[in-house]
Amino acid sequence: MAVSDNVKALLLSAVMLAAALALWELAIPGSQSGGQLSEYEMLSGGGAQQASVPPPSAVIEKAVTELSQPFYDNGPNDKGIGIQIGYSLYRVLTGYLLAALVAIPIGFLIGMSPLMYKALDPFIQVLRPISPLAWMPLALFVIKDSQTSAIFVIFICSIWPMLINTAFGVASVRKDWINVARTHELSPLKTAFLVILPAAAPTIVTGMRISIGIAWLVIVAAEMLVGGTGIGYYVWNEWNNLDLTSVIFSILMIGVVGMLLDAAFARLQRAVQFQE
Amino acid sequence: MSRSFIEISNLAKRFPASKGGKPLTVLENADFTIERGEFVCIIGHSGCGKSTIMNILAGLDVPTEGGIIMDGKEVSGPSLERGVVFQNYSLLPWLSALKNVMFGVRARHPEWSRAQVQEHSLKYLHMVGLTGGAELRKPAQLSGGMRQRVSIARAFAIQPKLLLLDEPFGALDALTRGTIQDELLRIWSGTQQTVFMITHDVDEAILLADRILLMTNGPHARIAESVVVDIPRPRKRGEIIHHPGYYKIRNHLVDFLTYRSKELAGTHTRGAPNRPVTVRPAADEAEAEAGEPADSRPRLVSAAS
Repeated sequence: MAVSDNVKALLLSAVMLAAALALWELAIPGSQSGGQLSEYEMLSGGGAQQASVPPPSAVIEKAVTELSQPFYDNGPNDKGIGIQIGYSLYRVLTGYLLAALVAIPIGFLIGMSPLMYKALDPFIQVLRPISPLAWMPLALFVIKDSQTSAIFVIFICSIWPMLINTAFGVASVRKDWINVARTHELSPLKTAFLVILPAAAPTIVTGMRISIGIAWLVIVAAEMLVGGTGIGYYVWNEWNNLDLTSVIFSILMIGVVGMLLDAAFARLQRAVQFQE
Repeated sequence: MSRSFIEISNLAKRFPASKGGKPLTVLENADFTIERGEFVCIIGHSGCGKSTIMNILAGLDVPTEGGIIMDGKEVSGPSLERGVVFQNYSLLPWLSALKNVMFGVRARHPEWSRAQVQEHSLKYLHMVGLTGGAELRKPAQLSGGMRQRVSIARAFAIQPKLLLLDEPFGALDALTRGTIQDELLRIWSGTQQTVFMITHDVDEAILLADRILLMTNGPHARIAESVVVDIPRPRKRGEIIHHPGYYKIRNHLVDFLTYRSKELAGTHTRGAPNRPVTVRPAADEAEAEAGEPADSRPRLVSAAS
């Protein structure tokens, strides 16, 4: 029977997942109820629950309960996972869209004007390697609002890949296509929208895809710092609660959401891709 | 002397000296005319500045000296009055063949409705033989010949006063090239479009052109001769090789390209007349057909064209 490579890969993935989960489950010692209690345990009331890494079965159980009611809200420290992720997505998308609004036009300018490229290059080279979290204290002081500061941090980290890719994409548009625009007497604005933008779109969207990935990495750290809401805060809060089941569950959720964001941009990338 | 449709006067392109080098003169003293409805080919070795002349005519490049007057107006910058077909087709790869032609038509006639633009574009695509769904494909899904057809359709569809063809068939295989040459000839004879075309192919030039300009080798390249193709139209690929004048013209061109383009390179002195010498290798045959006597030597006609 001919089985396609996709099916084979899927089966192999399932086998690997099952093996990893089985190893994990077996590696966790069973419940501590049995066996001799230590002196300390007896003193402290005996049978006090000892924190340990939870087995996968516990994580799956947790996931089922959390995902069955993702949007409940029982006060500041007890919100559904859907609400937390919603807050994070809101910050990421706001900061990211603002960054796109700034980065793509400036990238266009730099890409079209070698003079502007040279003039702005030193600033970009110095600002780009700064860890986005290093901006946090300054942002908190200037903006005086932790939520907006988180958005600012996302803004500042998303801007660079989009800016640099847009500039590169615009600068490397084939001379022939520009000549087509020139021989058809297109205005600079029409040339930008009808020729340069579609020609540079694959490179620009690649930059956008890199940016959204970085923004999603950074939001977790930023929310751990600013606190209050969001998936990053949730992870840190559950760590403070010593609820490792929730920590592992939320780590997985961060991965899934990041994957979905990337997949959305991969789809956009395919839409603007062209074959020469 | 009445003014010609296009007058190219004393064109030169020089590049300033790079560090430690001499200034480079690509071509100089290019001085010729093109009449309305004329099909002119230009032949020369690589590096002689053919493409420079083409780019200056298109308005994509600026001459160091001299200028061009077309239809009473000076050429300064690119214009829809001059359509260009580039060797590498220069189609926009993210647009379908039809959209590529519509791109040009829309630029030419911004006031037209979408339906008008599409109808006009389809007419020209059909004229070059792109039908039955091929017009909806992207350039990458078309063969080289098909792509060049689209490019030709785009140029003809904007109905420019002058059509510039930069080695349009250079990248095509011989069979495809023949077919598209025939098509170009058919379309041209229908529109009486003025055409200026660069080619490397002697037979192609004889088949298509009214007049063939010959360039000496560069640097300091110039246009040495203007060869009149005295073969009556309509011409057919299979028939013109039997025309008594065909090989006279062909031999003249090959002889020029093999020997004299080198010998004449850089021989020009300033102040001498710039106009290329007009040569009519097949004048006898043309006259014979017209019933006039003629001597048997290829003749040099006066320098003025």
